[in-house]
Amino acid sequence: MSNLESLKFFWPELILSATALIAILSDLFYERKDSHKVSFWAIGGLLLTFITIRLFGGSSINGLFMGTMALDPFSEFFKILIVLSTIIVMLMSFNSSELDGYRKGEYYTIMSIMAFGLVMMTSAIDVLMFYVAIEIVSIMSFFLAGYLKRNPNSNEASLKYVIYGAFSSGVMLYGLSILFGLTGETNFFAIKNAISQLGPDSNLALILSIVFILVGLGYKISAVPFHFWTPDVYEGSPTSITAYLSVAPKAAGFALIIRFFNIAFGSNSAMGSDEWSSLNSLPWPFLIALLSAATMTIGNLVAIQQQSVKRMLAYSSIAHAGYMMMAIPVMSQSGIYGLMIYLFMYMLMNLGAFFVVMYVQDKFDGENFDAFNGLGWKMPLLGISMTLFMVALTGLPPTSGFVGKFYIFAAVIEAGNQYYWLAFVGVINSVVSLYYYIKVVRHMYFEGERSDIVSLPESKLTTSLVLVLALPTFFLGWYFSPLVEWANNSLNFFLGI
Amino acid sequence: MSNILSWIIWLPVIGMLVISLIPRDNSKIIKQIAAITSGIQLLLATYLWQVFDSSIGEMQFMERVEWIPSFNITYILGVDGLSLPMVLLMALIGFIGIFVSWNIDKAVKGYFSLFLLLNTGVMGVFLALDFFLFYIFWEVMLLPMYFLIGMWGGPQREYAAIKFFLYTLAGSVLMLIAILALYFTCGNTFDMLVLMETAPVALNGMLWWGMSAIKVIWVLLFIGFAIKVPVFPFHTWLPLAHVEAPTAISVILAGVLLKLGVYGILRINYTMLPDGVFWFAGALALLGLINVIWGAMCALAQKDLKKLVAYSSVNHMGYTLLGMSAVIAASGMNGSNLISAQAGVGGAVFQMFNHGTISAMLFILVGVIYDRAHHRDIEGFGGLASQMPVYTAFVAIAFFAGLGLPGFSGFVSEAMIFIGAFPVFRTIVIISTLGILLNAAYFLWAFQRMFFGPANEKYNDLPEINSRELFTVIPLAVITLFLGVYPRPFLDLVSSTLNLLIESVVTIGGYAGNL
Repeated sequence: MSNLESLKFFWPELILSATALIAILSDLFYERKDSHKVSFWAIGGLLLTFITIRLFGGSSINGLFMGTMALDPFSEFFKILIVLSTIIVMLMSFNSSELDGYRKGEYYTIMSIMAFGLVMMTSAIDVLMFYVAIEIVSIMSFFLAGYLKRNPNSNEASLKYVIYGAFSSGVMLYGLSILFGLTGETNFFAIKNAISQLGPDSNLALILSIVFILVGLGYKISAVPFHFWTPDVYEGSPTSITAYLSVAPKAAGFALIIRFFNIAFGSNSAMGSDEWSSLNSLPWPFLIALLSAATMTIGNLVAIQQQSVKRMLAYSSIAHAGYMMMAIPVMSQSGIYGLMIYLFMYMLMNLGAFFVVMYVQDKFDGENFDAFNGLGWKMPLLGISMTLFMVALTGLPPTSGFVGKFYIFAAVIEAGNQYYWLAFVGVINSVVSLYYYIKVVRHMYFEGERSDIVSLPESKLTTSLVLVLALPTFFLGWYFSPLVEWANNSLNFFLGI
Repeated sequence: MSNILSWIIWLPVIGMLVISLIPRDNSKIIKQIAAITSGIQLLLATYLWQVFDSSIGEMQFMERVEWIPSFNITYILGVDGLSLPMVLLMALIGFIGIFVSWNIDKAVKGYFSLFLLLNTGVMGVFLALDFFLFYIFWEVMLLPMYFLIGMWGGPQREYAAIKFFLYTLAGSVLMLIAILALYFTCGNTFDMLVLMETAPVALNGMLWWGMSAIKVIWVLLFIGFAIKVPVFPFHTWLPLAHVEAPTAISVILAGVLLKLGVYGILRINYTMLPDGVFWFAGALALLGLINVIWGAMCALAQKDLKKLVAYSSVNHMGYTLLGMSAVIAASGMNGSNLISAQAGVGGAVFQMFNHGTISAMLFILVGVIYDRAHHRDIEGFGGLASQMPVYTAFVAIAFFAGLGLPGFSGFVSEAMIFIGAFPVFRTIVIISTLGILLNAAYFLWAFQRMFFGPANEKYNDLPEINSRELFTVIPLAVITLFLGVYPRPFLDLVSSTLNLLIESVVTIGGYAGNL
C-alpha cells in the first residue's frame, strides 16, 4: 500500500505525534511553575489516541507504508496497553515531589514521543522500521532516566543506560545487517521466504545474526544475561519513570519478539508448530527456555537481598520478564495469549506497586523497607492495596497476578512434558519471590508503631489512582473472561485463524 | 435452600464485609457479629447434616455455575460423606474459635475479618468440586493465616508465619503443576467428578521421562498435601506455627487445617490416581509409622506444653495415614478383605474428625493455663490439681482422649485403623502400636508433672477456668465422649461414601502392578 493511502489507517500514530508536537509548543507558553500543565495536553492527546485505536480496531492490514507496518488486533492489544500505561504514569507523575524543581514540560513531551516509539514497535514488520522504533524508545528513555539532572544517581542511571543501550543496539544492528546480507530483504515476510531458500552453509551466519538480534531484544525486556543495566537504571530514575520503564518497553519488546520470530522464523503453521523452520541445527526453544529460567532465578535470588524496595522491584521485574519469556520457547497460540494476559495484569500490579513506593518515598522519606513500617496502620487503603499488589506479584489467587501466571504455566504444561521442568522452575521461583514481596507486607503491618490515627492520602488523585489500579487487580482475579476473550481474539486475527 | 453450600462458604465473607463497615473502636459489636456469623454457619451446617441422605454415597446438593467457559472453569460444589464431617467440624471449631479469641484486644477488626476469611477458605476447599476453584480456596487460606500468626502470635511469630507461608505455598504450587497436567492430559476439564473417570484411563500407560505419569502426578499432589498434614520430612513448620499462633488459631490449625491434607489425598489422589494408591500404599503406611513414632518421641522431649500438643498432632495424623493405606486390603491380590479396608479408611476419616475435636480441646486448655500463668513450661507447674480442680478434670479428659483410652472417640478410630491395616502391613502395625505406648507416656508424664506432686505456691491464687472457656471446651468433650461410647452415627454418615471410594480404588486400580 502506498504511503498516502496508508495514512488513513495511521490516525492513532498521527494523533500521538501531533500530541508530542503540541506538548512541545504549549510548553513554550507556560511559565516554569505552570509547566506541569503540558501534561493536560499530553494526556488529552493520549486519550484521543486511545479512542482512535479503538475506532480503527478490528481491521487487519499487513502492508502499510510499502510493507513496513502492520495494523492488526495483535498490535492493537499492545497499543492499548502502552497508551494506558503512559496515561497512568503521567497521572502518577502529578504528585511526584522528585520532579519538583525541574521543568516538567519536556518530561511529558518526551513521554509522548516515547509512547509513539513504543506504538511503532508493536506494529513494525520491517527490519528498518523495527530498528528506528527501538531507537526512538531508547533515546527517549535515556532522557527520562536522567531527568533529575541535579541528582547524581539519576545521571549515573542515564549514562549506564546510554552505554548499555548503545552497545546492545549496535550488536543488534550488526545482526540485522547479517540477516540483510543473507536474504537481501528487510520485510519480515520476505525474509522468511528468503531464508527458506538458503542452503545449509549459511546456517552459521544465520545463527550469529539471530543471537545478535536477541541481544538487542533481550536488553529491551531485561532478560538475563543482558539485565545488568536494570537495577541501577531503575534505582536512579525518577520512580514514575522506573514504573514506566518496567512496563511499557517490556510490553513493546515482547510484541516485537513475538512478531519478528513468529513471522520471520516460524514455520507455515505459525506458532502452532514447535519447530522453528530453518533453525533446526540449534535447539532454540530449549536455549530460550534456559534463558527464561535463568532470568527468573537470578532476578528472584538477587531481589531477596535488596534493602531498597525500589531496587527490589527492579530485580523482581527481571524475574517477571523471566516468567513471560516462558511463553516464547513454547511458541504456541496459548503461550502467546498467556503472555498477553500476563502483561496486562503485570501492568496493573506493577504500576500500582511503584506508585505506592513513590508515595512512601515522598511522604516518609526513603525507599527502604523501613520506610514502610506501620504504613498499614497509618493508611489502611495504601496498606491493603500494597498488600494486594505484592500478593498479586507473587501470583497468589484470588488476584490478577495468579491468573496471568496460571495462563503462562498452563501454556507451558500444554506444550508437553519436555517443558515440565520449566514450569517447575517457574513455580519454585514464585515461592521464592513470596519471601521478598511479603517482606513489604511484614514491614507495613508487623514492624513499627501501630497508629490509631487513620488517614487517606491528601490528594484525591492519589487515592483514586490507587483504587483504579487495585480494584482490577483484585477483580480480574475472580472474573477474567472478557480479558481472555479479548487477548484471544487479538491473537486469532494475527495468526489468520 | 438449594444453594446451601454456597451459603455455608460465603456467609463468613458477608460477616467480614459487615465487620469492615463498623468503626474499629466497637470491638464488642465486631466480636458479636463474628459470633453470629459463625453461629448461623454452624446452624446451616447442622441443617445440612439433617437433610443429608447418608445412604447415598454420591455427591449431594450439587451446585454448578459457568465461570470461565473458555478454560472450562466451572463453579461446582457438592457434599458427600467424606466432606460433610469436615464441614461440620469446621463450622463447630470456627464457632468455638470466635469465643476462644474473645480476649483479643489488639486490632480486633482485622483479627475477626481474617478469621472469617480463613473460615471461607477452609469450607471452600472441603466443598469445591472444580479443581481450579479448589486451588483458589486452598490458597485463599494462606494470607489470613499468615497475618493471624504473624500479627497476633507469640515472640517468634514472624518467623513462624513466613515459614508456614513458604512451606505451604511450595506444596501448593507443585499441586498447581499437577492440576494443569491433569487438565491437559485428561480431556481439558477441571471438573473433579469427570477427572475421576477420565484420569485413570487417560494416564494409564503414559510415560514421562520413562516414569509413569501416574507416579509423577501422584508425587506432586502428595507433596502438596503432605506438607499440610504434615507428613514426616515436611512437618517442621508445624510445631513452630502451632506454638507461635494465638490459641484460637492453633485450634483451627490443628483442628481443621491439618485435615485438608488428608482430605485432599482421599478426595483427589485416591479417586483420580487409584493405580498410584497401590504403588504408594506401602510408603504411606511407612510414613504413617514414622509420623507416629517420630511425633511421639518429639512430644516426649518437649518442655513446652503447647509444643507437646503440637507434636501430638504429628503423632495422631500418622495414624490416619496408616489407616488410609489399608484400602489395598480390599483388592484381589490381598485377599479381597473388604472389611479391613472399610475399617482402615473409615478409621482414618474418624481419626481425622476425632483429632479435630481432641486437639482443639487440648489447645484451648493450653491457652487457658497460658492466659493465667503466662508461661507453658511443663516443669514450672506442679500440684495444679488442688488449685484448679475443674480445669484439671477437663485436661484429664482431653489427655485421656488424646492417648486413646477406651471410652473416648480416639480409641475407636485408632482401633479401627490397626484392625484395618493389620492384614496388609503386619510389621508396621505392630511397631506402630509402640506409638500408643509412647503416646500414653508423654501425656501421662506431662499430666503428672503439671497437676500432681507438691503444689507450686506461686499459683495458689490462679483463677479457675471460667464459664466462657468452659463453654468452648464442653461441646468438644461431650462429642469425644459420646462418639467414644457410640460411634455409630458418625460411621453411618461416612460409610456409603467410603464404600464407594474403596470400591473405585480397588476396581479401577486393578491394573496396578504394571506401573
